[in-house]
Amino acid sequence: MAVSAASLSVGDSRELVLTEDLTRTQIVMYAGASGDYNPLHSDERYAKEVAGYPGVFAHGMLSMGMTGRVLTDWMGDGRLTKYGVRFVKQVWPGDALTATATVDAIREEDGEWFADLSVLTVNQNGEPVVTGSATARLDP
Amino acid sequence: MAVERFPVEAGHILMFARSIGDQNPIYADAEYAAGTEVGAIPAPPTFVQASAQFDPEYFLRPHPDRVWHGSGREATGMKIEPPAADAGGSSSGDAGAGRSMAGGLHAEQHYEYHRPLVAGDVLRATVRPGERWEKQGRSGKLSFSETITEYRDLDGNLVVTARSVGVGTEGPKKPEEGTEVG
Repeated sequence: MAVSAASLSVGDSRELVLTEDLTRTQIVMYAGASGDYNPLHSDERYAKEVAGYPGVFAHGMLSMGMTGRVLTDWMGDGRLTKYGVRFVKQVWPGDALTATATVDAIREEDGEWFADLSVLTVNQNGEPVVTGSATARLDP
Repeated sequence: MAVERFPVEAGHILMFARSIGDQNPIYADAEYAAGTEVGAIPAPPTFVQASAQFDPEYFLRPHPDRVWHGSGREATGMKIEPPAADAGGSSSGDAGAGRSMAGGLHAEQHYEYHRPLVAGDVLRATVRPGERWEKQGRSGKLSFSETITEYRDLDGNLVVTARSVGVGTEGPKKPEEGTEVG
């Protein structure tokens, strides 16, 4: 289910609601799967009393992982050649996150076609939490 | 993180896909995956981060014979140095204490995929430092450092290159400055 260069235009975009209400349990699931058990993400008491935060918050890598869905859902599985992000703002339990991917360029390189995309995930206030870019291999 | 042997397993991919809310059947159904272009269960794009599970010394996982910095009877198992008088911190510790234990902030993460990573692959990860630079932030100097991790298969071919940018701060720390190491 790959995308062809012929069917794609610069400026095309896709939006995906990643979560309407990020739960603490989802953060715990990410800790368990990724192996990053930093108590800042699962231990409310530690996060507040020791680290001085209002509470636990999501791993940056959870936001990046969730954001990646807009790319793989659209560009197809196994088609990414690059994916990179900056972590702009923390993500908290209860946040609603929406990711948007936009085609910036479509190009041919050594007989293969690629799309360069920008990605942006915002929270319920419209504030960017993750910004980045990706490249996907296209069918001709 | 440097890892000698990172077996990429279907069950681990399933758990990881669930943890990022990805319901794509390709992560759960080997038969379905076999009929796709990839031909096997692929790893989600950020999956190599889970190589931490195979790092015996990974510092963000509790080890049975070591003190853990998360809460048990107390808010932390670590002895926290009382903040210096001029640091303006309270006796309950400031954000800096937790931060230094967590290893700083994760500012950026970048991946380059040399071929699709699939269940059944076995990877070896090697780590080298990248560039370092400094920037003046709102509340002091910010020190950025890159870490480059190369994930190779058993034939020695590069599968994924990961570049992580961490940032350490000087002076008072504000939670809004960035995201903790993920």
